[in-house]
Amino acid sequence: MKSKKKAGRVALYVVLILYAFITLYPFLWMVAASFKPLREIVGGNMSLISENMTLDNYTTIFGHSSLFPRWFLNSLFVATVGTVINVFINSMAGYSLSCLNYPGRNKIHHALLLLMMIPGQVLLIPNYLLLKEFGMLDSYMALILPAAANIGNIFLMRQFFMNFPHDVAEAAEIDGLNRYGVFFRIAMPLARPTIATTAIFGFMGFWNAFTAPMLYIKTDTKYTLTLGLQSFQSQNAGTMWNQVMAAACISVVPIIIIYLIFNKFFLVGLRMDGEK
Amino acid sequence: MPSGSPQPTAVPAVSKRPRHTKRQLQEWRQGYVFLLPAVIILGIFIGISAIFVIYLSFCKVNLFTNSYSFVRLDNYLRLFQDEYARTALLNSLKFSVVVVPCQTIIALVIASVLNSKIRGKTFFRAVYFLPTLTSSSALTIIFMFMFSVTGPINTILINMGVLPEGGGINFLNNPAVALQVIMVMNIWSTVPQYTTMYLASLQDLPASLYEAADIDGAGTFEKFKSITIPYLKPITTYVLLTGIIGTLQMFDQAYIFSNGSGGPANSTLTVSLMVYRYAFGTTNAMGYASTIAIVLALVIMAVSLIAEKLNAAEKWY
Repeated sequence: MKSKKKAGRVALYVVLILYAFITLYPFLWMVAASFKPLREIVGGNMSLISENMTLDNYTTIFGHSSLFPRWFLNSLFVATVGTVINVFINSMAGYSLSCLNYPGRNKIHHALLLLMMIPGQVLLIPNYLLLKEFGMLDSYMALILPAAANIGNIFLMRQFFMNFPHDVAEAAEIDGLNRYGVFFRIAMPLARPTIATTAIFGFMGFWNAFTAPMLYIKTDTKYTLTLGLQSFQSQNAGTMWNQVMAAACISVVPIIIIYLIFNKFFLVGLRMDGEK
Repeated sequence: MPSGSPQPTAVPAVSKRPRHTKRQLQEWRQGYVFLLPAVIILGIFIGISAIFVIYLSFCKVNLFTNSYSFVRLDNYLRLFQDEYARTALLNSLKFSVVVVPCQTIIALVIASVLNSKIRGKTFFRAVYFLPTLTSSSALTIIFMFMFSVTGPINTILINMGVLPEGGGINFLNNPAVALQVIMVMNIWSTVPQYTTMYLASLQDLPASLYEAADIDGAGTFEKFKSITIPYLKPITTYVLLTGIIGTLQMFDQAYIFSNGSGGPANSTLTVSLMVYRYAFGTTNAMGYASTIAIVLALVIMAVSLIAEKLNAAEKWY
């Protein structure tokens, strides 16, 4: 019995380590290739470490003639502004749907549930035409505005505020805060953990978005990182894998840093996701 | 969600007079003001857009002259004789048939292993999660590099003697294997998301079941077979349906891989990519593209309705 059990445990670790390797392998290659000269990468050298390790790829993509730094800042700008706007719009709507009473509230709630059913894909064409009509194509507005509110996150905030104690609000009002103050000074700070979760996933969504920038942005100085990466790759005459890999590395780093810092919020968010 | 739960307001629920207090009116106003931005955004970019796309699906759109002419059911009828659409549908089906079972099985195995008593759980979980953090464009580019003619995969195959020296396969330009590469990439990048779904469900599995099996002397594999898998049956159905929806909507990876062309030789043309090509390609067929998008959306909504139903049933169980 004992040896059978032991074999089982060994098998568990074999599976774990094997899959960890499968997951990490492409990333290891990305990092390794980003420090290698191109000629070595395409030469079929299998070792991840090389004697000719160089920072040249990074200095090139951050160099004067490169648009890469610009793309990085564009992504940072769109993701930050988009996330901040989302946090306010979603938590205000969530608060409104849970803590305030007014006619038509349930109707709006049901309408939102209905809208949530519509797959995003079918909206791409009409959104494109609407943005064109508004004159917003090829601007950051096109990336931020259609994604400025998120129904899933509104319901998440609503869920949180359902438990917001009403007497706290009343006490605060007696202390001289008006009803808007109650929300911004008391309710929102209390909701920080939930807001953090939605903000992290929101930021990640903006940062990693590909379809929207690809459809709406035409000028290369306005590209986001994801779009820039793709254009880097598809440039004719032999891909500069070394530089592309360095660029890919830089694009992944911010999210990994956020992940390491806010790890616990990720787990919360995922549980919610899984239980949708 | 107790949406009908009593609201502890200071105002008495049954008021004799229909007049509203000043306080109440202020609350109404705040309610509308707070909801307004969300309603405007969602109303325009989801609500109006959805109605607009239905209208478009009955139209012939000319983007250059900005004119829409009503063509009744022409777009829907055209769908039935479209070779290109048939190719895309076939590719998407192939894709789903391979990817969905693979991602489900791998996620199930990984989740149950992670859920057992092992050391370094946090580390492994963090590693497995990495693909979820990475953008589809970075992922796709890494995989394109891995599978390029002189890339690591070909080198491994040559070193192992599977391929002759200098006989690397051009995975990216070979219609016979291009879609398979995207399948591998997609499985690799979606497993973490389903693993987390399974993990969430496994956390509720009563430990007493395993303890009882331990007393009976069951091995790891037997426990997996006769406790874990049956317990996870409902969530597995949900994972499968979510997987189907995900694969039907797969766009970014195919787009980047083929640089938007669906090539080589339409081998990576998925349904979503076809919609893109009809709408934004040179064909100028936005009306017809809307029609396809709607049909796809209806299929997706039907699948997710079933998923929701099953998921709800499981919760009440």
